[in-house]
Amino acid sequence: MGGMHGFGPVQTEPDEPVFQAAWEGRVLALQARTRGRWYHLDEFRNAIERMPAARYLDASYYERWLTALETLMVEKGVITRDELATGHATAPAPQPPPRPADDRPPLRPRFRIGDRVVTRNAHPRGHTRMPRYVRGRHGAVRTVNGPFLLPDTNAHSRSRDWEPVYAVEFWVRELWGLDSDDCVCVDLWESYLEAET
Amino acid sequence: MTEQRSHQHDRDHDHHPEPPSEVEARALALESLLREKGLISGEEIDRIVSAYEHDIGPMIGAAVVARAWVDPEYRQRLLAEPAAAVAELNPGAPNATNLAVVPDTPEVHNLVVCTLCSCYPWAVLGLPPSWYKSAAYRSRAVSEPREVLKEFGLALPESVRVNVWDSSSDLRYMILPERPAGTEGWSEPELAAIVTRDCMIGVALPQVPAAVRS
Repeated sequence: MGGMHGFGPVQTEPDEPVFQAAWEGRVLALQARTRGRWYHLDEFRNAIERMPAARYLDASYYERWLTALETLMVEKGVITRDELATGHATAPAPQPPPRPADDRPPLRPRFRIGDRVVTRNAHPRGHTRMPRYVRGRHGAVRTVNGPFLLPDTNAHSRSRDWEPVYAVEFWVRELWGLDSDDCVCVDLWESYLEAET
Repeated sequence: MTEQRSHQHDRDHDHHPEPPSEVEARALALESLLREKGLISGEEIDRIVSAYEHDIGPMIGAAVVARAWVDPEYRQRLLAEPAAAVAELNPGAPNATNLAVVPDTPEVHNLVVCTLCSCYPWAVLGLPPSWYKSAAYRSRAVSEPREVLKEFGLALPESVRVNVWDSSSDLRYMILPERPAGTEGWSEPELAAIVTRDCMIGVALPQVPAAVRS
């Protein structure tokens, strides 16, 4: 959503409760107990992003969670649409899939702190963690982290691609054309980046 | 759209007791299915809800900040190995894996947002407030951070640079604010009491009460 207009001022609520309604906490608990067993966080985020855009914007935070949970529980075969409609189970849940082996490699970064980079101007249809407002922009590596799984492939269960992740610093001038010394750091996977030439 | 929805809202509240809203009914249906299938019990749900309502919150981060203010060696450990440093102070707290702690300086003020969803350092701050998850904050914190900070009552001088952190990966960011003047000799619990959630997100600075200052 970075840089979108039209949402008005930030509305704060002093002393707001942790959950606005009891069902919100219960949805959080359902997610906490099923994530990591039946699906992982990238799949969960992707399920939220698959909501029709207008519905996404109109839905509350935990309504998005609930929608993603319903989607994933059906897709993973834990429940059926019919069971969801009636609220009654007609068959037991299958065994959860085996957890993937710990295949995390050591960190072997291509870029170093201070390296100048440019982000790919890519607009994939599926899940990605490169915000639109930094695509095709120039920046510099601030920190080197990970490796973390590339969400673009992991969210679709295509493959497990471990990559270094860099906090890349972008000047507000580069991002928004403003005369300012402020900057934004964004965490980006290595394959989102190319060396500046 | 808003008007339509508020009419709907009024209608829903005309009669008592209120029937569950559509979304609440869906949540109940999913819960009862997953319970029937043995994936979770009612007690487990209660326990998780209670943990987030009572045990996991900004007091964890505040204790960490207060210790970093009084103990330079702890501060170094916190910046280098955040998860270990948090666990050292809060043995029972959730594991703060992949936490990054960013220190403010006299020249740079840091601010955290997640423009893609609502990534937030739950392990040290608990669940995020509604405004952090709002479209207004997520869209504007990266494009006009100074205006957003003014709405929180924080007007930064031009001499201070703003550094926004958009937490788009597995890392979660927590800000280590600067210790304010006027707190010399304070105990760690006294210091922790002025470190609010908003200070560790970066939309506020720790405030020394006027009575203490004078």
